[in-house]
Amino acid sequence: MTEAPNTVAFTPERLAKAREIIARYPEGRQKSALLPLLHVAQEQWGWLSSEVMDYVAGLLSIQPIEVYEVASFYTMFHLEPVGKHVIEYCRTGPCCLMGGEDVYGYLKQKLGIGAGETTPDGTFTLKEVECLAACGWGPVFQIREKYYMNLTNERIDEIVEELSK
Amino acid sequence: MTKKILLEHAGVSGIETFDVYRKQGGYTAVEKALKTMTPDEVVEEAKKSGVRGRGGAGFPMGMKWGFLAKPEGVPRYLVCNADESEPGTFKDHYLMKTIPHLLVEGMIVASYALGAHKSFIYVRGELLYVIAILEKAIEEAKAQGFLGKNILGTGYDLELVVQPGGGAYICGEETALLESLEGKRGNPRNKPPFPAVKGLYQSPTVVNNVESIANMPWIINNGGEAYAAIGIGRSTGTKLISASGHIKKPGVYEIELGLSVDEFLNSDEYCGGIRNGHHLKALVAGGSSVPILPAHLITKTATGENRLMSYESLSDGGFATGTMLGSGGFIVFDETACIVRNTWNFARFYHHESCGQCSPCREGTGWMEKVLHRIEHGHGSMHDIDLLVDVAKKIEGNTICPLGDAAAWPVASAIRHFRDEFEWHITHPKEATQPGAVYMGDSILV
Repeated sequence: MTEAPNTVAFTPERLAKAREIIARYPEGRQKSALLPLLHVAQEQWGWLSSEVMDYVAGLLSIQPIEVYEVASFYTMFHLEPVGKHVIEYCRTGPCCLMGGEDVYGYLKQKLGIGAGETTPDGTFTLKEVECLAACGWGPVFQIREKYYMNLTNERIDEIVEELSK
Repeated sequence: MTKKILLEHAGVSGIETFDVYRKQGGYTAVEKALKTMTPDEVVEEAKKSGVRGRGGAGFPMGMKWGFLAKPEGVPRYLVCNADESEPGTFKDHYLMKTIPHLLVEGMIVASYALGAHKSFIYVRGELLYVIAILEKAIEEAKAQGFLGKNILGTGYDLELVVQPGGGAYICGEETALLESLEGKRGNPRNKPPFPAVKGLYQSPTVVNNVESIANMPWIINNGGEAYAAIGIGRSTGTKLISASGHIKKPGVYEIELGLSVDEFLNSDEYCGGIRNGHHLKALVAGGSSVPILPAHLITKTATGENRLMSYESLSDGGFATGTMLGSGGFIVFDETACIVRNTWNFARFYHHESCGQCSPCREGTGWMEKVLHRIEHGHGSMHDIDLLVDVAKKIEGNTICPLGDAAAWPVASAIRHFRDEFEWHITHPKEATQPGAVYMGDSILV
């Protein structure tokens, strides 16, 4: 039986990066590269489809199920398509003490979506997450690697306007 | 003024670069250790320092190093736990982004002591920008001959790898972290065997917190005894405290252990007191999992002693009237905070973060969240309070890893000290569910 060719592939730069990552671990321990590779994959495709996970499994010579069970365990990996900017806001205690619930309420109202939803134009996805280790600077959300701290309604207006451009 | 061991040069412009860090005396501990000391002598200094694990457990680091098995021909590993995820804790985040070379230097010294040639820094995946900072620092150190093959011509080889997590609190538990580092789900392992015997890749492994390892350069430069002279009793050295909540000056502070809680909370050098016009209601002193204390047990112990920022003083009175230093996540609540809502919030956190392996934790955290949700939202009954106490008791001590305890303690302690507030939510559902409503009844305000 022949399988349909998998058309999913890393860009040459990312493939080189992936090879460099895999080489970091001792002989026979290439599976350690799984989480780093899933981050690289999510950077390229925005989310992890089963085709992408199968591709990563192939790179590491492991079974696809070994990738699925890991990707579904860790909250950072998106297993559904997401918008251009994924806003991951911290809902945990210390951020809430600093008015997080009101600020996030304003954010939802402004974007017209709730947690786990994407704006119809595909620009923003809202995702509720737990503590981001920035409690002294709360309320906090992050968009990819960038942290946005000490959030207020005014700050949210500025950020959303900036990212909508 | 507290003696600074970790943050002494934090304010120096450009301290994140190798050159500036080096000018401030950086990497002298690597020179001293690798050129003039044997690995066992380094371990000995760590033991003498009495430095205790700064991730929360407080186990003496030197002793942990002493347990490492050293079978012939088997590689040994050092893994730095930078998965900082305990609500209220952000000190490692601050340390790594501010002085990345301090951790790199500590990792080299500690790896040398343990005979490790490949060491890992496992950073929570959300801190992608911090990972980039660390990787740059490692590259710089390598270019200067402090990492790689034959470091400083001593014949010692070391490679440092930064590993990103994927967003899972449980990976802060050391065996879950090792599973994750092996590319698996973060399910904690049964112990024994302990990581010191079978850890990463089934090889002897030491897992230490960022702050613990970052103490090593100072300990090597000044000696373990000098470190042990700082602090109080068995709480030696300094501690980074992450201060958040209703205070004037939230942030990360380095304190000498033994500083009074009153001074830390109220002096302008640290938290600066409760924000304007408000009063202290409660405190979580060591991250979300440690017992919450009411105002009257915070600056004084139940017997009227001054409460100090130390492992011993914070736990004075046991769980009846004390708490724990934990990770140093110092969360301050004023009278506008609703204890029931916060307890529900924390319970939701632990439910979300339970790996699901042990049924008492998987099911119990869900029950606690559900019951607290209904009390907070005006649908609770008096029976629910006892039910919560019962569920918490049945989780505690009955799971593979400490997440179960961590989930049970905040709930049990909130009911222990603020039972009247829970009862008020049940007897006054209409008032309690008004936006911003907070119980002001018999709570003691200071």
